[in-house]
Amino acid sequence: MAAELEPITGRYLRLELQGRPHRLYFEEAGTGIPLLCLHTAGADGRQFRHLMNDPEITGHFRVLAFDMPWHGKSLPPAGWQRTDYRLTTAAYTQLILKFCQALELARPVALGCSIGGRMILHLAIEHAGRFRALIGLEAADFQDPWYDTQWLDRAGVDGGRVSAALVSGLIAPQSPAESRHETLWMYRQSGGAVFKGDLYFYRVEADLRPRIGRIDTRRCPLFLLTGEYDFSCTPADTRRTASRIAGARVTIMKQLGHFPMSENPAQFRRYLLPVLEEIRGLGRNRRTGAAGGTDRRRRQGKGR
Amino acid sequence: MAAPRRSTASDKHPRAGRPRQVTRQAARLAALLERLPELANGDRRLVWEGRFFSADLLLGIDGLQRLLSVREGRVTGFERGPLLMRSWCFAIRASAQAWSRFWQPVPAPGWHDLFALTKRGAASVEGELTPLMANLQYVKDLLALPRRLVKST
Repeated sequence: MAAELEPITGRYLRLELQGRPHRLYFEEAGTGIPLLCLHTAGADGRQFRHLMNDPEITGHFRVLAFDMPWHGKSLPPAGWQRTDYRLTTAAYTQLILKFCQALELARPVALGCSIGGRMILHLAIEHAGRFRALIGLEAADFQDPWYDTQWLDRAGVDGGRVSAALVSGLIAPQSPAESRHETLWMYRQSGGAVFKGDLYFYRVEADLRPRIGRIDTRRCPLFLLTGEYDFSCTPADTRRTASRIAGARVTIMKQLGHFPMSENPAQFRRYLLPVLEEIRGLGRNRRTGAAGGTDRRRRQGKGR
Repeated sequence: MAAPRRSTASDKHPRAGRPRQVTRQAARLAALLERLPELANGDRRLVWEGRFFSADLLLGIDGLQRLLSVREGRVTGFERGPLLMRSWCFAIRASAQAWSRFWQPVPAPGWHDLFALTKRGAASVEGELTPLMANLQYVKDLLALPRRLVKST
């Protein structure tokens, strides 16, 4: 009997990040326009396994997702035991740009969820010309916090359990039990300290409100999709963000929460496929080039 | 839904001797809470989830208060009061409107989770929170049990 193999392949990439050697795990499937997917805080690239197993997507897109350092199968850098993990904007941005450069991804589409969604907005502000299109899931320039992250990493409280229990409320009640609990399992497995370290970027560092008006969607189309049950990044947060970006496209997704790609893949693809189809159409009319070019000159003076 | 209850002596203010402002909605929701021990203890999976949890927690619906005692995942006590100088570990209070929306079989967005309620200012959580956070999924599942009794409104 033939082995039932999925089309996903996983490899390790050696990258120097923040001056230190890293061994980064990533998975990919499909051929065509590169589509780089950024996972949520305290999770890993497995959140995108349904996209990578969807022939309607992989027939046109090369879908890639890495596990950020410290997450999933990507180890922390040597000497990690002497530091508290804290994700910074600089480190996260460098990771994405170096990954695209190393794999020679030609003007990829980037799609990110939650902290990945915040990073999408940062990329739209600072590096729009390197990307064909940007898709922010559960993305906003700022969100009000709703719990104290000190609970994620302390003696007497299991970090995996409390992380999963906190985010369980961000999943829509309609999401199937199997995919709901698969989503939560990633939080049960992930260290609470890693989740907390990611939220440093989210809550402390990357308040984009002062800069959000600089996004120019004529240079790079921006799509924002938010689940109606997400009370962390609420539909109102996304709409408020989009109101300051001319040309940003907003969709509020019914019966979905904070983890659309993993909590209810069937429902999510109803919203994602038309966006990807539109991006394919854009791609036929725009020039292509290798990721890594500079956009500073064209950015100056726009939308400030 | 269970039949509405009248407010009991426990809902009277101990000093003034007159009833607190207890709405019909709050009384109806408190009646749902009466079923919590039976619902919880009949759910073997939930009891197993809560096997590390033992605490007394205060639940508030508008002006009504109920004290729930849990030992190793089983609800061992449910008191209507009067709760005079009683100690409790932590308290979860919300308006009758918030509990009513929270206990819908399929709650609307923003009313579907304890922290969705606290974030919008419709509920409060206070007291010694370590047992709550160490057993958070159990407590959230326990609080959601009345959904099984409610028909959509």
